[in-house]
Amino acid sequence: MFDTTLSWNDLAFLAQGAAMTLAVTAVSVTAGTVLGIIFGVLRVQLGAVWAAPLTFVLDVFRSVPLLIQLVLGNAIQAIAKLGWAPFTTSCVVLSLYTAAYCSEIIRGGIEAVPATTRRAARSLGMTWWQDMRYIVAPLATRVSLPAWIGLTLGVMKDSALVLWLGLIELLRASQILVTRLQEPLFILLICGVIYFVISFPIARFGGYLEKRWSPND
Amino acid sequence: MIEIKDVRKSFSTLEVLKGINLTVNKGEVVTIIGGSGSGKSTLLTCINGLEPINAGQITIDGTVVHAKDTDLNKLRRKVGIVFQQWNAFPHLTVLENVMLAPRKVLGLSKEKAEEIAVKQLTHVGLREKLTVYPSRMSGGQQQRMAIARALAMSPEYMLFDEVTSALDPMLVGEVLDTLKMLAEEGMTMICVTHEMAFARDVSDRVAFFHQGVMAEIGTPDQLFGAPQHPDTQAFLASVR
Repeated sequence: MFDTTLSWNDLAFLAQGAAMTLAVTAVSVTAGTVLGIIFGVLRVQLGAVWAAPLTFVLDVFRSVPLLIQLVLGNAIQAIAKLGWAPFTTSCVVLSLYTAAYCSEIIRGGIEAVPATTRRAARSLGMTWWQDMRYIVAPLATRVSLPAWIGLTLGVMKDSALVLWLGLIELLRASQILVTRLQEPLFILLICGVIYFVISFPIARFGGYLEKRWSPND
Repeated sequence: MIEIKDVRKSFSTLEVLKGINLTVNKGEVVTIIGGSGSGKSTLLTCINGLEPINAGQITIDGTVVHAKDTDLNKLRRKVGIVFQQWNAFPHLTVLENVMLAPRKVLGLSKEKAEEIAVKQLTHVGLREKLTVYPSRMSGGQQQRMAIARALAMSPEYMLFDEVTSALDPMLVGEVLDTLKMLAEEGMTMICVTHEMAFARDVSDRVAFFHQGVMAEIGTPDQLFGAPQHPDTQAFLASVR
């Protein structure tokens, strides 16, 4: 006989799924942000024309549905005999997907720093790097932060799609329980609450930083 | 000494400087007046290498500004510039705005940079505003902060690009007073300005620019009292 009541073991199973969701998200958002910053700065420095090939590739990652990217990515690594684990493949694909969006956010942030402010920095004898480090980076971060928080939350939810590569993350764990307990609404409600519990601190942290960085209001 | 020799500068097909010759000696105050689009602001940004030039040569104490092997970042330490838009660094307090370049560019210690910054801010009358963010200050105060920020690098030359043009009329006076003070202290200055009374007061020489050409230059008495060039006469008549 199947046991059809929710047990502590089931909750632990969900927690494991949540941990997988967090792990995939943390790796992808970290790597994607680093890549996104590099691509974003490159695109500003190169200018629209020279950056066109890079912009095109990033546009592909932004336009093709993530599910297709995951399936294709997995197929490519198999054909190339890379022997990646599903976790690795998922993180690589999600990182590139994140990087594509992030580069756009970073580019917007950098371009929001007035040229005259940067000119003032350079006129004080600052190098390009000093201007980037002490003027552009702090100002662009402030501009980019809300969109970046949104991206992070989005990626966390989109990361559910890695279940197609066989990873048991939060949503997949919930589905497994639904199959057994036949209580879809209840389980999905718990699943939703867990997503919320993970997201809420990230959103609040973003709000806190925004507030701290605007001492001028 | 700043020597400008036959400098030409174009933005695509528009030639904004058509062969400018001007020598500014140490301790001298030269103001440049003229209508919009006469090339006067462009000249200033060429002097400290923010803009490339198409022909001619600018030398500062013997260093050719636009030579390939010139270290512009080093050169800019001795040529301060303040712009029409005061360009405060909005994420830094007034004190931090002024300390940043001495710390990072000159490599001074925090204590030394702070000492210099406080001194310069006191000099321009902002001693009370050290911990304030620029957005909390008036345009005139922000512009004085920008002047202190440039002075904190201990420049030997100062370029002022219409520093009062974006200010409310009631705030112009405090900034001009700061410039006058610098002039009296013997700072070598090139000021692009629309303030004729100021130009007349502080300048050793006044240059009139018209359509990319320096039409006339002379002492304030000569230029304002007895302008020779018809364009100068027309310009002065229009601004009076």
